[in-house]
Amino acid sequence: MYVAFLQRLKRRRRLILLSQFVLLVLFFAIWEVAPRAHWINPVLTSYPSAIWTTFFELLGDPDNGILQHSWVTLQETIVGFTLSMLLGVGVAIMMWWWDFFYRVIDPFMVVANALPKIALVPIFYIWLGDVASIYAMAVAIAVFITILMVYSGFRETDANKVKLVRTLGANKWQILRKVVLPSNVPVMVAALKINVGLALVGVIVGEFQAAKAGLGYLIIFGSQVFQMTLVMTAVTMLAIISTIMYLAIMYLENTVMRHHR
Amino acid sequence: MTHIAPKVELRNIDLRYFTFDGETEALSDFSLAVLPGEFVAIVGQSGCGKSTLLSLIAGILEPTDGDVLVNGAQVEGPSPLCGYMLQQDHLFEWRTILDNVLLGAEIQGLDPGAAATRAESLLRGYGLGDFLSHFPHQLSGGMRQRAALARTLCTDPEILLLDEPFSALDFQTRLALSDEVAEILRREGKTVILVTHDISEAVSMADRVIVMTKRPGQVKAVHDISFKDSGNGRPRPFEARSQQEFQQYFDRIWGELDIHVGN
Repeated sequence: MYVAFLQRLKRRRRLILLSQFVLLVLFFAIWEVAPRAHWINPVLTSYPSAIWTTFFELLGDPDNGILQHSWVTLQETIVGFTLSMLLGVGVAIMMWWWDFFYRVIDPFMVVANALPKIALVPIFYIWLGDVASIYAMAVAIAVFITILMVYSGFRETDANKVKLVRTLGANKWQILRKVVLPSNVPVMVAALKINVGLALVGVIVGEFQAAKAGLGYLIIFGSQVFQMTLVMTAVTMLAIISTIMYLAIMYLENTVMRHHR
Repeated sequence: MTHIAPKVELRNIDLRYFTFDGETEALSDFSLAVLPGEFVAIVGQSGCGKSTLLSLIAGILEPTDGDVLVNGAQVEGPSPLCGYMLQQDHLFEWRTILDNVLLGAEIQGLDPGAAATRAESLLRGYGLGDFLSHFPHQLSGGMRQRAALARTLCTDPEILLLDEPFSALDFQTRLALSDEVAEILRREGKTVILVTHDISEAVSMADRVIVMTKRPGQVKAVHDISFKDSGNGRPRPFEARSQQEFQQYFDRIWGELDIHVGN
């Protein structure tokens, strides 16, 4: 009975995987066939085999290497979400520590979080130049939601755990280190998850405006010279980067969360 | 008779909470003296301020009026003299059992080596020797509460404040564990203040039961608990439950608590 149950589960999982694979193949097949058969204009959509060829051409290109561009974007994103994580948790700690500070700053945080940060791109470019403005954009997009999420996690820390360490004689610093921070690891991982995606948005938007390199730059450049194959290659590369980062965070989550239940 | 100085003393405690909506009086003119090595239980309905009493003694809450004294000295904040056990074990899920037990020693800056030795021997004594590096979610409710007891005793407090420490457990575990805990605490000569709404728990464990009124909490009655047929000293809680006097104490306290079901 149990073996049959397991087999049924396994079969179902295999069927899901197979369907996903078929869907992916179908997507690429239609994308390849439709422009070639001139059902749609190939200049507008390009097609996978052209992307494949362009990818290898760009791979060898000394000034416009696709890997260099991808690396620039990846590195900017990593710096971006690391900065917003540090800044976000830092500010959340300050808000937890001084309730007065939280009360004063709270409405500004809410407005800053609601503001479409994309509107700041030209301002950052003028103020900070072509490199710093990209990092600023990544941080601006990701940091406020981090602050709000982490702070609300801090506030909802189990009051009885706090009471327990207080009866053991803990001061505020010890309450933070022994209870508030460790019990909020799941919240911080959830914030990081959102952060990574948002930082990537910030970096690409920043590159649209400012950059001399990176996938955002490649996309804008390609669209300006109307080379959709170049644009699509860059977008495909972005999809790959997102997937890798997603898997890395899943791995981190599984490692960290093992004892948080 | 020589006068023994109380271990814990509450003198004319008033406690009022102030909120936006007004003022709540939680305790009113509450006085209590607990002698060294004594086991006192405080019973009352929920909301009568009995848990608040423990917070006052533990030094995490200040009275609006009156004095809280431990060993004759005014309480001015949490002290290593008092160990506090809460309704649930509140073991930290990210720490191993051993690290959980060492929490107090870490916070109080005690010698880590000595604390670890003591923690291990306590855990062994409570049958948790094989679970030192397990995580809390791998243990049953009774085992977890025993680990919580080890955490409380690891810093060697002289006074134990128990805030309904068995209320989250199932009935069987509860009887067995309260028996075990009472034995351990008596053996180690601790002064214990137990807060509970469970009358049988109070009568079976304590030397003295204090009945509280509804809010604002005041002392309504005091019962010295003794059993005739128990030979030398006090029967274990489990045996106490089958003594003749048990039911009499229970009925009297039940009447004083004035519990109405319904409106």
